[in-house]
Amino acid sequence: MAGELNCGCRARLNSGFSLDAQLRIPFDQSPVTVLFGPSGAGKTTLLRMLAGLDRPDEGAITFRGERWFDASRSICLPPQKRRAGFLFQDYALFPHLTVARNIAFAARPGKGREYLKAFGLAELATRLPGSISGGQQQRVALARALAAEPALLLLDEPLSALDAATRLRTRHQLRDMLLTAGVPSIIVTHDRMEAVALGDWMAVMVGGCILQAGPVQEVFRHPANAQVAECVGVENVLPARIAARENGLLTLEIGAARLQSIDSGEAGPVVACIRGEDVAISREPVATSSARNRLAGHVRSVILEGPLARVELDCGIPLVAVVTAQSVAEMRLQPNDAVSAIVKTTSVHVAPWSESDTAAK
Amino acid sequence: MDYQAIWLSVRLAASTTAILLTVGVPLAYWISFSRRRWKFLVEAVVALPLVLPPTVLGFYVLLAIGPHSPVGALYAKLTGGMLPFSFQGLLLASVLYSLPFTVQPVATAFAGVDRRLVEASWCLGVSRAATFRRVIAPLAAPGIATGAILSFAHTMGEFGVVLMVGGNIAGVTRTVSISIYDQVQALDYGAATETSLFLLAFSFAVLAATYALQRRVWAIWPAN
Repeated sequence: MAGELNCGCRARLNSGFSLDAQLRIPFDQSPVTVLFGPSGAGKTTLLRMLAGLDRPDEGAITFRGERWFDASRSICLPPQKRRAGFLFQDYALFPHLTVARNIAFAARPGKGREYLKAFGLAELATRLPGSISGGQQQRVALARALAAEPALLLLDEPLSALDAATRLRTRHQLRDMLLTAGVPSIIVTHDRMEAVALGDWMAVMVGGCILQAGPVQEVFRHPANAQVAECVGVENVLPARIAARENGLLTLEIGAARLQSIDSGEAGPVVACIRGEDVAISREPVATSSARNRLAGHVRSVILEGPLARVELDCGIPLVAVVTAQSVAEMRLQPNDAVSAIVKTTSVHVAPWSESDTAAK
Repeated sequence: MDYQAIWLSVRLAASTTAILLTVGVPLAYWISFSRRRWKFLVEAVVALPLVLPPTVLGFYVLLAIGPHSPVGALYAKLTGGMLPFSFQGLLLASVLYSLPFTVQPVATAFAGVDRRLVEASWCLGVSRAATFRRVIAPLAAPGIATGAILSFAHTMGEFGVVLMVGGNIAGVTRTVSISIYDQVQALDYGAATETSLFLLAFSFAVLAATYALQRRVWAIWPAN
């Protein structure tokens, strides 16, 4: 039983930034939660409040039924009593202690040695933190946090201090290590790929508020509103009007174009969210196909991004397609080429436009 | 050379340093970590001896510990003795006079300890006191050593406050600098030269040691 975290925190910082975070995380189903959002969204501040390092002005935090903070009853447990391990962005290893003594710092007798071995750090035991690599420092920090046997682990951008190659390698190791340790974790990140690779559950934070929380794939596929869609990197977020509704299908009017989607019961002003990889590009003219959602247009630009390519189309409406670099080469796509864009009805996700409708799911 | 005066100065400086470490280190900790708005007032009071003429400081200390003052009366009641013109009175004045020489380097060293290391220790479940002992103190050790050395050296050479509070009683309050003054007054330049040379060499050695500590010529823990 990993338990549940309930957090409702409000705070006004000296900088004028205000934070109002309502969040419930069911750790039973989802051991690793990602707190995702752009820089300056207040993610680190919220993490520090959970750890007991910063104090919210109002609200309450409970973990596994234990009251960590309650402004109305003047309860605020110090970090020592919460047993929430905190992994700092730059790891905050004690520079005057060896790797072994860092890990054993708050561990029960014998535990330190155990974690030193489990994390493959035995060879570095007598080294000082300043003389080992960033990836090794990260492992030491994680081993130190876990050796103290925390009830909850908070990780602040754990991979951001690493170089790109190490980051990719470490990402999967990190998830494995967290799952093996079996400690419920919250990871702060602003990197989409990291969020997908690390998390089971995801909370999207923008401007000090949690806009949406849910299973990672759910949040990516069905963003709750336009703001979340843009935040999680949906390439096409298009303001739309519902023109018709029949047989479980919606007809959306997006500028001059019309697209059909599955009727999810939305009404009023909406946005059509279409992921770039769900937009297929074809050289065939529109008339010869019976597929729905086929739009004629032309290529505006082709940008290669490693194995993928980002193709910007003008189909009366701007559309971005993400296809493999290989298919760009095969189709010999060039700017101004006439093409058609194909989007499955199930790939058009309709979300409310209004930003006030931001209740976390 | 007046060995009696040198020995007295060493005893006074050692006692002053010991008291300052027990009083000054917690005070420095408070100055470094407190978020109270009126903290600057305490900082100003601690720094006063740096700019106040020793005679002024000595004068007030003398008033404060006189037999008619509450402190003096209490001391007389407890011990039957008097503070002015005694070693104990001199010690009290020296502690006040050298306070900034301990507090300032130590507070600077505490402030230089990365706040996240302290928070990391707290989040590992380690108490505030143990965090001080295991993280803050070792990392601030050069600063604490500097504070102790400077206080010792400063007390060794003090003159004005001693004259005001302690007077010039051989074996009780006659320190090295008073002894040099006496020797010069008695036109005994030979003895004055010897004693002065001793103080000069001592002061130079102390300052060299302090700067070496700060530059980590002898690192207390290896630099990264």
